[in-house]
Amino acid sequence: PTIKLYKDFNICYILVDDDDEDEEDVERVSWSGEPVGSISWSVKETASSIRSGSEQSFPKIDTTPSLSKQGSGYSLSSLFKAKSKPGAFQSFSESFSDTSSRTYAPELRKPKSDGKDVVSDLSPEETVRRMQKGRAFSLEKFRSLQDKLLLLDEAVAVYDGNVITAVLIFLKKSLSKEILFRELMARDVALRHYVHYLKEMGEQKLLVELLKALGRTEDMALMHYKEHLNIKDESRRRDFLKSCLSLPFSQDDATHVQDHYTLLERQIIIEASDKKAVAEIFKKFPRKASILNMPIITTLYYSCFYHYGESEGTFSSPSNIRKTFRISEKQYILTALGARAKLKSWFDVDSLFNTKNWLGYTKKRSPIGFHRVVDILHKNSAPVQVLQEYVNLIDNPDLKLGGALKYKCHDIVINTYRDLKDRQQLIVYREKLERDSPEYRKIQELLNNVQIRWKN
Amino acid sequence: MAHTEWRDAPELPDFSLLKRLARDQLIFLLEQLPGKKDLFIDADLMSPLDRIANVTILKQHEVDKLYKVELKPIVSSSDQLCFLIRPRIQTVKWISDLVNADKVAGRFRRYKIIFTPQKFYACETVLEEQGVYGDVTTDEWNFYILPLDDDILSLELPEFFRDNFLEGDQRWVTTAGSALHLLQSVYGSFSKVYGIGRCAKMVYESWRELMEEGEQRTRQPEFAKVFLVDRDVDFVTPLCSQVVYEGLVDDLFRIKCGSVEFGPDVTSSDKSIKVMLNSQDKVFSEIRNEHFSNVFGFLSQKAKNLQTAYDKRRGMDIQQMKAFVSDELKGLKQEHRLLSLHIGASESMMKKKTKQDFQELLKTEHSLLEGFEIRECITYIEEHINRQVSMIDSLRLLCLLSITENGLLSKDYRSLKAQYLQSYGIKHLLTFANLRQLGLLEEQQAGETLTVMESKVGKLVNDKTVGKLTDAFSSLAKKSNFRALSKRLALVPKSGEEYDLRVPRDMAYVFSGAYIPLSCKLIEQVLERDGWTGLEEVTRMLNGQEFAVTGAPNPRNKTDAQRIVLVMFLGGCTFSEISALRFLGKERDTYYVKQIEYMVNIKLSI
Repeated sequence: PTIKLYKDFNICYILVDDDDEDEEDVERVSWSGEPVGSISWSVKETASSIRSGSEQSFPKIDTTPSLSKQGSGYSLSSLFKAKSKPGAFQSFSESFSDTSSRTYAPELRKPKSDGKDVVSDLSPEETVRRMQKGRAFSLEKFRSLQDKLLLLDEAVAVYDGNVITAVLIFLKKSLSKEILFRELMARDVALRHYVHYLKEMGEQKLLVELLKALGRTEDMALMHYKEHLNIKDESRRRDFLKSCLSLPFSQDDATHVQDHYTLLERQIIIEASDKKAVAEIFKKFPRKASILNMPIITTLYYSCFYHYGESEGTFSSPSNIRKTFRISEKQYILTALGARAKLKSWFDVDSLFNTKNWLGYTKKRSPIGFHRVVDILHKNSAPVQVLQEYVNLIDNPDLKLGGALKYKCHDIVINTYRDLKDRQQLIVYREKLERDSPEYRKIQELLNNVQIRWKN
Repeated sequence: MAHTEWRDAPELPDFSLLKRLARDQLIFLLEQLPGKKDLFIDADLMSPLDRIANVTILKQHEVDKLYKVELKPIVSSSDQLCFLIRPRIQTVKWISDLVNADKVAGRFRRYKIIFTPQKFYACETVLEEQGVYGDVTTDEWNFYILPLDDDILSLELPEFFRDNFLEGDQRWVTTAGSALHLLQSVYGSFSKVYGIGRCAKMVYESWRELMEEGEQRTRQPEFAKVFLVDRDVDFVTPLCSQVVYEGLVDDLFRIKCGSVEFGPDVTSSDKSIKVMLNSQDKVFSEIRNEHFSNVFGFLSQKAKNLQTAYDKRRGMDIQQMKAFVSDELKGLKQEHRLLSLHIGASESMMKKKTKQDFQELLKTEHSLLEGFEIRECITYIEEHINRQVSMIDSLRLLCLLSITENGLLSKDYRSLKAQYLQSYGIKHLLTFANLRQLGLLEEQQAGETLTVMESKVGKLVNDKTVGKLTDAFSSLAKKSNFRALSKRLALVPKSGEEYDLRVPRDMAYVFSGAYIPLSCKLIEQVLERDGWTGLEEVTRMLNGQEFAVTGAPNPRNKTDAQRIVLVMFLGGCTFSEISALRFLGKERDTYYVKQIEYMVNIKLSI
């Protein structure tokens, strides 16, 4: 009998006593006649003619941490016939060891040797090698902790992530988690594979235990927090976020998670009342989407749009949101400006920047450059009069002139050129204006003014 | 387009062979499940599959209906279900659920999973655990490499970057090794292999193992050299805004698997059009590597020429007209169509790029690369975040700031992170955790402790047990080197010099003359020196892990193949890098074929 079923703890692998020649025969048949068969054929042909260890081969490079091999792994390999097949065709043999053993008559395969326990007597090196090639293997004999770890280290040493994970699955099933965790602590590569495997399998609980055992509490907290993304229902999500508050986040992240919870809590309240709101503004500008799960700044914008001027006591008021989430002045002004400009409430825009000094004069002051303010106003199609006022407030003379030119604030352009005593530019600019418009006449008057000493 | 002439560019290997190999293997695998069957295909395999086979071929092999894998319950009346998927646990779980549901319903079907490019034990374990191992047969379709263009090969593995660099899972190492092995089997041995990076080393080793147990081909090789480079050797380049045409198209419209979908704003109709972007498109092939500022002029000149060609019709007699229609008109029409598409695309680029204050963005990037007016840059980034404009651009700028500046000052890091979370959502604190893990966005550590740790790590690097430590500190050790590297390799040309983008003088043209991609500069230097000699300081700053090995002796006679270099980016590359390498190829009379894991366009959200 050439087909055996091995049971390694919970893992079963169908073992076929591979016979390389057999497989190649089958492959050849299946490929003959195909147009590409010739390519594969030629590859195969050369494959069998030139063997490994030829003088052409590339040298092994000195790769970093390689564990000390037990015994001589390499001499062992010579006992095994290296199966020469290019990677591209590996699957055929693969598919055969799978399907043929099942569907096709096993008698087709000549029992070549009766080496019953061949696969189970293999060294870690040979076992890993077989696993890499997708050939039959058995992990049954790796029972002592030392053997298991040798197997794992060998898998790591050949850089094959697939095999590393396969060994880890075996260890997961055959070692208590305390022992496994302990051993993984000193093996970073294996550990990262294990963590990734658990993530992909959705084994949240075990993962959290692992991270805890490793002392990676922040990672654990983040991992747990991430779960909220899978919760669609907002109240459940809020409750989940609340449960996250006690997790061992870093100090900063703890604040952010607290914000997240508070935000969603507020949003739920605001959403419930605004859904049935009847105020004028909601009719004039119907809401396009719900406010749930929006970022803080979007919420602030929303509140500046629909709830401007509400007293700080209400959750939906801009001032409450600003205070609760410690929003900087700059950020607040930017957001409020956007919202009020969108509504074309130029009065509100004005009052955002008005400050009174101790003499009682009103002065405009802004934490963001006025050129940026002008940009935003322009994007919300503010009229020229409004734009002009803010262009005038731009500090940098180049930006100011640029803004004035861009937004056609004629007076500013003309005055700037006048101050620069730039006659040529004035003449050029005059040509861009409509004849007999007030601006045109203004330039005309300036040019006729003999008192000015033009620089050109 | 002032292009230097191609000095008899060497003929590239015929990569269509790879497609044929893949197609024939797929057909073979389909035939393993005789009879009518429904085929379920992973969404991201659709386009690659399109490149090598079509529906007719599938139907010829008794595929009845085609479905996209959506991880939802299925409606199929077929008795045989075949799944063509990437080896992902989630997909295998979904299939197991289907099988189990059928079992409960007392329905008998045959199931087959074809994993591509290979299967993983973890996936098979799922089948086993779900009790369907045996009910489902599995196979591998070794579709490793998809030729995307004459000079671009792709593994089309979008998860490569994340799995390898973020999760530290080496599952794709052997895949990359097998891909190289396949190339070598089909196109002959390489004479020299260079590489840098941890993953590059592992790929080389995995490939070498395959070579040792496999065969060596004696045939004349079609490639001379291979260069393997890890993406994390150069994170700066993919963080910069692209300004060559192809790169811009990718940034704005996303080029997927060599094709792009132009929306209604480009096509000036109400439909979107899918366009293949490769050297077959004569208009595109002339502008793809050009700096964007040259493209419009070129296109309008082209349009004028086209008009002249059309105008030839006037004053033709019947005979001439007949000849014109049969010989030229079709070509002209085709060109006309392509031209109007690319003009539409550039128009739409102009619009979008001015709206987003693209010039300011570029200016900030250039300042960061130069290490100039950093405070102003931070203010700009802050405003960018505050205004809630493009989330990805904000993140790109933050990462660029961190990498070029050796991490952010603690107070900047905290304030920018807080503002980012306020603007784009608090859930992004997970994104920040990932970026920190990757070393892309970090908080500066107190200076003293750092140097002490660094020197310790240096000593311990060869000790396996401190692998964990090394890993934890590797990002620290990597720190701050961009400035020094940039200086040493002259990546940032002196500012103030005129740079004529129409006549590029070096690879910096792909970034408006402001920066030579680090990755490409390394490749240039190593090939010039035929190794790493003289670059010791550079490699030390890049965390070492460089190698250069000689394989097969050089063939007796110098052939074209000697000039062909295969560059493999492990973790993806950008179109800007491809353009830069094309430029280098022309200049050095060498030709580069790029093999990439996937086109990256840094996207590292949760």
